[in-house]
Amino acid sequence: MMSYTVSMMPAAVMNGLMYGSIYALVALGLTLIYGVLHIINFAHGALLMLALYAAFFLYSILGIDPYLGILIVVPGSFIFGYVLYRFMIGKLAHGKDQNILLITLGLSIVFENMAMLFFSADQRTVNLSYSFETVDLGFVLLSIPKLISFFASLVICFLLWMLMSMTDLGKAIRAVAKERQGARLVGIDVDKIFAATYGIGIACLGAAGCLLLPIFYVDPYTGNLFVIIAFTIVVLGGMGSIVGALIGGFIIGITESVGGLILGESLGQIGISVIFILILMFRPNGLFGGKT
Amino acid sequence: MALLLDVKSISKSFGGLKAVSDASLSVDEGKIVSLIGPNGAGKTTLFAIISGFLGADSGRVFLNNENITGMKPHRICDKGMVRTFQITQPFASLSTLENIMVGAYKNTSLKAKAKQKATEVAELVGMTHLLNTEANSLTVAGRKRLELARALATDPKLLLLDEVMAGLNPSEIDEIVNIIKIIRDSGVTIFLIEHVMKAVVNLSDYSYVLNDGVLIAHGTPKQIANDPLVIEAYLGQGAAKAMTKNTPTKAKASKTSKKGGKS
Amino acid sequence: MAISISRWVQMGLLVLAVVLPLAIQNNFYLDVLTIIFFTAYLGQSWNILGGYAGQFSFGGVMFFGTGAYASTILWTTYGIPPIYGVFVAILAGAIVGLIVGYASFRYGLRGSYFALITLAFAEMLRIIANSLEFTGGGVGIFLNFEPSIMNLQFINARGFYYLSLGMVVISIIIAMWLERSRFGAQLIAIRENEDAAEALGINVLRSKILAIMIMGGMGGAAGTFYAQKYLYLDPPIAYSIALSVEMLLVTIVGGMGTVFGPLVGSFVLHIVTEVAKHLIESPGLSLIVYGFILILIIAYLPNGLIGLFKGLSGKRGK
Repeated sequence: MMSYTVSMMPAAVMNGLMYGSIYALVALGLTLIYGVLHIINFAHGALLMLALYAAFFLYSILGIDPYLGILIVVPGSFIFGYVLYRFMIGKLAHGKDQNILLITLGLSIVFENMAMLFFSADQRTVNLSYSFETVDLGFVLLSIPKLISFFASLVICFLLWMLMSMTDLGKAIRAVAKERQGARLVGIDVDKIFAATYGIGIACLGAAGCLLLPIFYVDPYTGNLFVIIAFTIVVLGGMGSIVGALIGGFIIGITESVGGLILGESLGQIGISVIFILILMFRPNGLFGGKT
Repeated sequence: MALLLDVKSISKSFGGLKAVSDASLSVDEGKIVSLIGPNGAGKTTLFAIISGFLGADSGRVFLNNENITGMKPHRICDKGMVRTFQITQPFASLSTLENIMVGAYKNTSLKAKAKQKATEVAELVGMTHLLNTEANSLTVAGRKRLELARALATDPKLLLLDEVMAGLNPSEIDEIVNIIKIIRDSGVTIFLIEHVMKAVVNLSDYSYVLNDGVLIAHGTPKQIANDPLVIEAYLGQGAAKAMTKNTPTKAKASKTSKKGGKS
Repeated sequence: MAISISRWVQMGLLVLAVVLPLAIQNNFYLDVLTIIFFTAYLGQSWNILGGYAGQFSFGGVMFFGTGAYASTILWTTYGIPPIYGVFVAILAGAIVGLIVGYASFRYGLRGSYFALITLAFAEMLRIIANSLEFTGGGVGIFLNFEPSIMNLQFINARGFYYLSLGMVVISIIIAMWLERSRFGAQLIAIRENEDAAEALGINVLRSKILAIMIMGGMGGAAGTFYAQKYLYLDPPIAYSIALSVEMLLVTIVGGMGTVFGPLVGSFVLHIVTEVAKHLIESPGLSLIVYGFILILIIAYLPNGLIGLFKGLSGKRGK
């Protein structure tokens, strides 16, 4: 039994890295939304679920490979997120922290059950022509889709970093994150920036959904699985820290994979909740976070 | 005269910034003592440490000869010391009466008794007509009074007032000064942070001056007013010298403007 | 001492509720009312911590599930009748409350962070229940149908109706006690302004923990009730997020921090559900409506339906 664990360890770690890169993408959206808007987006998991379905239907109805579907889903997600914030969340919350929590909770309930209503509870997956092909690295076999997803998420994280540091929009967002009133004073339309930031966060989910679908599945409750994971990563990495989300994503991905190997499928999941609780108790700023 | 509050060598740093340096002071029972000094001198930090909201790096605080250093605020309240906040902290959606009752509940578990005590305290501070008003709707002056009343309802031995007069107009200040005197006469010792010089002079038996975290002077208000270090703390370096160099009439003018100016 | 009109109304409704089963023989309606009372009871437990003390828990189901497992295992494995087991369930719920409360409040978790950590704890318990043998793991536990008072099981719907009615009445009495007691005033003070409460001599940590323990104990009893009625328990049922949400939903809709909020909210939401079920034959629809109602209430009616009523009548209440 021990030797099985040891021999499978490299595979588990690689597996964790692969999934971790996608988790990082999910967490990036969440940490960005928190860092700029200072809200905890409880609808994050449900929105990922919607992105997964979007990728799924693009494939099953239009035959578009999910990896190409990114080009459609990401802009679509941005628009959806922008509109959702601008005309719903932003307007209804009246600025109170706990209101946003409950409103995004309400949204997640609505999305989840709409998915249930329209898509039924069946689990959906996609099987691409190369879904089962692997690459042999010598000490471990890597499935092609996982490999593609891994590199794609790294690329997207890099693109996001470039967006934030080099474009005008990115600069405006960072300004608003640092100093809301000051940004207003220099003429930045803070409400639009908020909506745009939320949109970018959801766009990250759009990308993550496309990258996740080939190596996972979707049903109306998939979002719930990722809520705790995403929040754990964000808290671990530090609220508002992009680097933290990335590193946190890898740590959690590996923890989940190795934990599952050592403790078994079901108990392995507990590692994430435990990490989450411990971080909140003893180091709420996370590894790289600033103020909470 | 019994020593009610004894603060010994309190120091506190935030990162590299030394907010309070080796501050020692004492408050005699039955007196009104004030803590004054320019903005950012560290007065509220010192208050926070004394009342248990902030931990000191070093030093100790004694209340009635009991070491209360590091005790949580609610325990310190049990021991008889209660503070108000510089920025008022009302229980927003509760009425004035309900707000004060929270303080009154410290000494009774019966609603009727708490209500009675709260009503009495409200009358003392002149808020009887505001008993059913929601705390949210009170004016600044009203909130300051509420803050005072709430703390008073706990029947404290020592009341710490943090800039209770900030934001009040002159007539409101006069009213509060009167109320504070009445409170002192009823047996409560008062230690207050204040900027309004008129109030300080009118009320205090004794004053401590804090500048840049250091206690630079202490004495009766008269003594303080003439202390060159104090003048410099408020008016800048060299001000004391400049003032003594002036002709008598000019010196008089600048002294009175100093008294009335700082608020 | 004159009894106020609202008190007469409350008495009248109680009498009505007690005699109702004599008039209505239809099991279906009795069952709907039973569920309404049950949910209101759970909502009231959430209300103690969330409505009065202002700490919003998203993991309330953890007390329910732990209590359910406690009394169920005591019965199925050790033969201890649920009428005694329910007290162990209450204790188990309170202990979970103590642990979670200490871990959260001692370390200063508030607002969204507190909500999230309760979610994590509930999830953790679900995973544990799923992995342990003596909780039946993923397969769950089947309970036998052996109606008797000792087993808290009844042949017809009427028995469960009265049991749930009793529970909700007890929960209302607890809330009433809270509103006239020092402890309740302290919880409300904590909700409004923690620092000020602490400065006025309130032991904020202890009060919060006490509140969550009450919530836990109440939740534990609800677990026993559920297990004895539905005769099956597994981790997804015992620790379902849906129940956590429903607890807070009925209270927010009805009115947080009020005595009758959870009951009113429960009635409204379940009536809406029944109506929706008649109009459109679909599983998820009622929940979609729930979600929208939550959003609308938070946005436009944060004091819930009771707040609306109080506004109309002009009284500030309390």
